[in-house]
Amino acid sequence: MQIFDVIVIGGGVIGGTVLRELTKYRLNVCLLEKEGDVCMGQSRANSGIVHAGYDAAEGTLKAKFNVAGNKMMFSYARELGVKCEQNGSFVVAFSQEELQTLYALKERGERNGVPFLEVVGAEKLRKYEPNVSSRAVGALYAPTGGTVCPYELTIAAIGNAMDNGAQLFCDFEVHAIEKNGDRFRVATRDGREVAGKLLINCAGLAAGAIANLAGDPSLHIGARKGEYLLLDRESGNLVSRTLFFTPTKAGKGILVSRTVDGNIILGPTAEETQSRLTETSAEGLSAIMRKAQEMCPDVPLYNTITSFAGVRAYSDRHDFIIEESKAVNGLIHCAGIESPGLTSAPAIAQYVAETLVGKHFALEKNASFCGARKSDRFFAELSVEEKNKLIARDPAFGKIVCRCEQVTEGEILHAIKSNPPARNIDAVKRRTRSGMGRCQGGFCQPHIAELIARELDIPLDEVTKSGRGSNLVAEACK
Amino acid sequence: MKTEYHVIIIGGGPAGLAAAVAAYDAGERDILILEREKKTGGILNQCIHNGFGLTRFRESLSGPEYAARYIDEVEKRNIEVWKETTVLSLSADKKVTAISAARGVFTLQARAVVLAMGCRERSRGALNIAGSRPAGIYSAGTAQKYVNMMGYLPGKNVVILGSGDIGLIMARRMTLEGAKVHAVCEIMPYSSGLKRNIAQCLDDFGIPLYLSHTITKIEGKDRVTGVVISEVDAEKRPIAGTERHFDCDTVLFSVGLIPENELTKGAGIALCRGTKGAEVYQNRETLVSGIFACGNVLQVHDLVDFVSEESETAGRAAAEYVRRGAQPRRTVAVKNGKNVTYVLPQRIDKNIGGDVKLFFRVSNTFHNCVIKAECGGKILAKRTKRVAAPGEMETLILKYSDIGGAEEEITVSLEEA
Amino acid sequence: MTTKKLTCIECPMGCAIEAETEGERVLSVKGNGCPRGRMYAENEVICPRRVVTSTVRAYDGTMVPVKTAQPVKKEEMFAVIEKIAAVHPRLPVRVGDILYRGIADGIDLVAAGNAG
Repeated sequence: MQIFDVIVIGGGVIGGTVLRELTKYRLNVCLLEKEGDVCMGQSRANSGIVHAGYDAAEGTLKAKFNVAGNKMMFSYARELGVKCEQNGSFVVAFSQEELQTLYALKERGERNGVPFLEVVGAEKLRKYEPNVSSRAVGALYAPTGGTVCPYELTIAAIGNAMDNGAQLFCDFEVHAIEKNGDRFRVATRDGREVAGKLLINCAGLAAGAIANLAGDPSLHIGARKGEYLLLDRESGNLVSRTLFFTPTKAGKGILVSRTVDGNIILGPTAEETQSRLTETSAEGLSAIMRKAQEMCPDVPLYNTITSFAGVRAYSDRHDFIIEESKAVNGLIHCAGIESPGLTSAPAIAQYVAETLVGKHFALEKNASFCGARKSDRFFAELSVEEKNKLIARDPAFGKIVCRCEQVTEGEILHAIKSNPPARNIDAVKRRTRSGMGRCQGGFCQPHIAELIARELDIPLDEVTKSGRGSNLVAEACK
Repeated sequence: MKTEYHVIIIGGGPAGLAAAVAAYDAGERDILILEREKKTGGILNQCIHNGFGLTRFRESLSGPEYAARYIDEVEKRNIEVWKETTVLSLSADKKVTAISAARGVFTLQARAVVLAMGCRERSRGALNIAGSRPAGIYSAGTAQKYVNMMGYLPGKNVVILGSGDIGLIMARRMTLEGAKVHAVCEIMPYSSGLKRNIAQCLDDFGIPLYLSHTITKIEGKDRVTGVVISEVDAEKRPIAGTERHFDCDTVLFSVGLIPENELTKGAGIALCRGTKGAEVYQNRETLVSGIFACGNVLQVHDLVDFVSEESETAGRAAAEYVRRGAQPRRTVAVKNGKNVTYVLPQRIDKNIGGDVKLFFRVSNTFHNCVIKAECGGKILAKRTKRVAAPGEMETLILKYSDIGGAEEEITVSLEEA
Repeated sequence: MTTKKLTCIECPMGCAIEAETEGERVLSVKGNGCPRGRMYAENEVICPRRVVTSTVRAYDGTMVPVKTAQPVKKEEMFAVIEKIAAVHPRLPVRVGDILYRGIADGIDLVAAGNAG
């Protein structure tokens, strides 16, 4: 059985950034992920917004980590080769009453420490965003807001942690946790085990269940589903910044935003759910379309390329839970991380490492730590000369596999081989964007399946879309 | 490496091959075909069913057989083909930038370009069908590639949405390979596929076709476990209470084809809303001088025989353009009128000789109707039809002698008797 | 006398044909646009036949398209498919090569595409 200083449970953005932070120190760390790839929960299906920090009430952990995370995020993402853009955001008001709410938001933001907030009139709003509805009367402008690709960030943080010595165990669904003395033993149903001195619970929707297994019944985690529509990049100039509705008692409402890849994202709905299934619903999708048309009457809904849903965890405290368990010594919770969790992740990770883990270990710097990571889409960023040099060395970079997103075979092989290794179609897709374009993998999926089969040395009928049970094909004919 | 060509043809499918042969036979010798796959022939290579070539060769050929005839013709003429070469961009001044393992990233200068990139299938995502996103959801063409090119059966229990020809063909193909096809659903009150495919792909195997039905939910976490289908009303909205559940592990989508015009748009070439392909003159020249388009990138065809015919027109015109350069034009616009969704070509240049064959689609199924082309109240051509349906492309021929006098735009329409 | 309604599959026109029959005898054929439609209807009423198209896996794993050189009896389609599964040609294969002699009542299975 392998023994670690720290075991992180959950390969989402929180688990991933915490893991990476820990590799900056001389600690032996691992990550346990129940699915066949990292980033399979709420970190892969959210809005990808870097929030400025005016939403959360003063004094909450949400407010604190949001503002701190916003200041860290852009350099953090760039170091990891992850696309991000500090393009600002607008909260749009459609009535005088909503305009008053914006002034309250601005004040709250300023108390939270958000810089450069400004309430602008309709004219200035439309100068920035010509496609916004003519019914808009004004907006709160937050230039420090932005966007980041949530799954790229998660994958890159985990990959970089692995490059710096962390170990990843996929398909490791925690079934039992035992504590003997100062050591946790964590086991799967089929008897795989690891042991460690500290356990960091970043299990998202399963954070309550993990806490229970470890002997702490105090976490109560609820689930909320959010559905989205994604439009073709062709429509990418609809907006240049993120547009929010003015929050009401019913919630924040949907947003209209341009992703870092240039697609338009519309959503999310917010629906309480018992199930963990990421199903979209006809009602949810039509609600998004209706609201998006309210914000931007010309939104080209005919350019939809896909719809999807994410299920998000929240705690009954309605604030982040980032603390050591009062019941179990050495068990650290990062739970109930709802929005603005993505923005907060780098700041949460730093706090967890320095303060919560630092309480148990004398933290010594890992002198060989290297925080930089090459983007999984590095080929596209090269000059023609550099591309040709690379193709001459490795002809796989001269073969386009995904024509819509212009992804080369070289990049796909890189994703299969580098940390964290992609072992199924969706894993390759999240790293390379192959299959994310307008044909949604219709042309390239069979080819990518062949590459995965070849590299993992498995028959094609064992290749999956997204892990166990999601085999692409039933059987070989003849 | 040679970097200048008279004619560069983007795409080595049936359109590109036919255009190349025609350009050669019109006297052009400096031709290059750029093909992204390992072999030419395009989508025909996976269309192993028969029925191709009845018009062109008076024989019923399989897709690969049809392709092989053109591949042979191209080889006989020693026309240059670069395979596994993907074009990344095209500019209005006919610079073609491409990538391949053998040549890296490179840019070629053409005098004339023929666009022959084909089309892609509309995906599930474009339809906003509610539910989960498990494995087992394929466009019909992707399933066809798995079965016919790779030799794997995507699933054993299948429901198909859309009664386009590829969906019908795959219903039969999967059945023959041992799958059970439980239903084919079509949201329209009529099938968009050929009638003979309903007969020989569904009826032969007792596969039910549900007209005015659509899939309203896809179920399953890892792999598809079932679908819900519902009847739809005249506005294509699902009717509550008509839901029907099928257990299945596979859903195929055959819900339309979209010309792949990303390169075309990149070159600033105007597209037609009806065809989603470039606007062209009767010689298939786009509004950017010296760039031609043909085959499914221009308009989605039902029959490859018409693709070949159209591509020969484009290939000949490209050769002529190289020889004579741009010529002055006398343009008449062609518009779709009542009950017609588009007409191609969208423009007629009166300086180009010869009769003009108009291709168009009608907006619904009509019985005993008249299709006609008019100009300023004068009927230039007309034909009666027993049946006209959106799934089948219609044609009308305008005589050269009639075109000369056309001063206003020409409108093509359909009248019910 | 019975009337059978058929869709002709000989060409993309897909003519709607009505065939009047008595026992095995075809009395009249209506609705066909050409002589091939009449032949189709006469055969379809007495003994429907179809060309079977499929693929075979060559020794090296390449899938090769195949078809029956003539239409086979409709009820024999699945038997033909079963026999096809056991055919594994060596490459190269050219269009028209006979890959299985007499796969159904004297009709050969031929390659319907080039490979290798």
